Amino acid sequence: MLSMFLALFLVTLISATILGFVYEFTKDAIAESRAAKQTEALKKVLPPFNNNPVQEMYKKAVDGDTLYFFPARKDSALVGIAVNTFSPKGFSGMIRIMVGFLPDGTIRDVAVLEHKETPGLGEKMVRSKSDWSVQFQGKNPKTFKLAVKKDGGDVDAITASTISSRAFCDALERAYKNLTEGGAK
Amino acid sequence: MEYFVILISAIFVNNIVLAKFLGICPFMGVSSRLETSVGMTGAVAFVMVLATIVTYLLQYYVLNPLGLGFMQTITFILVIAALVQMVEIVLKKVSPELYQALGIFLPLITTNCAVLGVAILTIQGKYNLPEAVVFSFSTALGFGLALVLLSSIREALDMVEVPKGMKGIPIAFVVAGILAMAFMGFAGLV
Amino acid sequence: MNQWKNFSKGLIAENAIFVQVLGMCPTLGTTTSAYNGLGMGLATTFVLVMSNIVVSMVRNYIPDKVRIPSFIVIIASFVTVVELTMQAYLPALFEELGLFIPLIVVNCLVLGRAEAFASKNTIWSSTLDGLGMGLGFTLALFMLGSVREILGSGSWFGLKFIQGDGMLLFVLAPGAFLALAYLIAIMNKFNRKNA
Repeated sequence: MLSMFLALFLVTLISATILGFVYEFTKDAIAESRAAKQTEALKKVLPPFNNNPVQEMYKKAVDGDTLYFFPARKDSALVGIAVNTFSPKGFSGMIRIMVGFLPDGTIRDVAVLEHKETPGLGEKMVRSKSDWSVQFQGKNPKTFKLAVKKDGGDVDAITASTISSRAFCDALERAYKNLTEGGAK
Repeated sequence: MEYFVILISAIFVNNIVLAKFLGICPFMGVSSRLETSVGMTGAVAFVMVLATIVTYLLQYYVLNPLGLGFMQTITFILVIAALVQMVEIVLKKVSPELYQALGIFLPLITTNCAVLGVAILTIQGKYNLPEAVVFSFSTALGFGLALVLLSSIREALDMVEVPKGMKGIPIAFVVAGILAMAFMGFAGLV
Repeated sequence: MNQWKNFSKGLIAENAIFVQVLGMCPTLGTTTSAYNGLGMGLATTFVLVMSNIVVSMVRNYIPDKVRIPSFIVIIASFVTVVELTMQAYLPALFEELGLFIPLIVVNCLVLGRAEAFASKNTIWSSTLDGLGMGLGFTLALFMLGSVREILGSGSWFGLKFIQGDGMLLFVLAPGAFLALAYLIAIMNKFNRKNA
């Protein structure tokens, strides 16, 4: 009986110790690869900048989650704001998108950060899978209605993925609304 | 999120077997008879709800405060394995009839990825506790529905002449594929 | 049984997927493309080989009653190692495979080999067994992923060779079941001829 517990205890102890080391070892690399993804998305959706938007980041809690705003400056003049926005209405849950706005509210570009949409369908919102999201470039939500055409908006939905497309618009709309309400600084 | 939406979504739209591909092993293994499917569903539902509650509490009150999020996989699987053992012992003492009915399925559940899958999905989906209970229970119902459907069809298939190469597993997968297609029709529901 | 057989049996004759029909969940869930199938297969192979080695190393010191829980702990540790390493160095692949990485721990194939083979054999045989089974699994995943990607997206390893979409059905859930059904049927025929 005792040897039984001892054996199981030892196995667990050794495993946990090894895992602790592996965790310590990979922790920085994981944090780095996450940060790299964010920086990459920022560079993609914002016009050229030379400040550090991550340092000037501010948050706003809405609809049970958080929006992150990254102001981009070139020689201290504001050239755009990127918003890390979200929609819980994706086909399989949460979608997070980085969207870059120019100071007048025009969308410069979008980049999907996180999604669990169906491969081959909703997944097309990611630029590497299809050019669907190019349609948002250079559109100003003031005149361009962020909703799929089926719902009376101006967005072409992804074929057979209306739900994913709706969620995408929902996320952009949330970013735009809070950007203008928060007073575009 | 509304409970009803979670329920419908877990049973039909994101059916654990036909859309998320979890729990396929028992799905194929025990689905040749209707009776065993029902037994399996009962056992899975029981363990799944119990495991989700325990792992939920562990994640939010032990792992997260201690910064041990990376131990998730190892703790969860241990909890599930221990739970299955416990359920087996308790059931044997308390209700021998129920044990007779469910007993042979219990050891199979430890390696049923649907149980661990649901426990992890609950954490990823950021559900609160009542939602987690509804989610795990309706997922089990969805599992049961798929299992019962498949086994009824497979029982009927026994009387049909199936080409030699397709007999057994391949034809079962074809049936599952057609079922999955049918379930895709629920997509617009929520 | 000679050592070569320990290795080669897993490739075709006792192939985990086509013959034993084990580890179906990741097989269906991650094979939307050839690359994903290959990645999942190799991750599983790593866990399989490592857990086989450790299990055969400690098999004489573990009391019979806590055998299974101990094996599970060992397997879960290696799964976590894969999880963390992949998150750090292959984040894109990790996101695609998602839930199925932690789920390697409940892959019946891994526990099955630990229990049926590694707990009774020497380290060297167990290593070969794990490697053979793992590569057989990888091969099957790679084949299924290729079929689904070629038919479903009209591409292979992301290289498109047709305009527009393929038969989308094959990338979606039903296609996974159908493609696997026919692959198993074809392998059945192939195996029967050889037997």
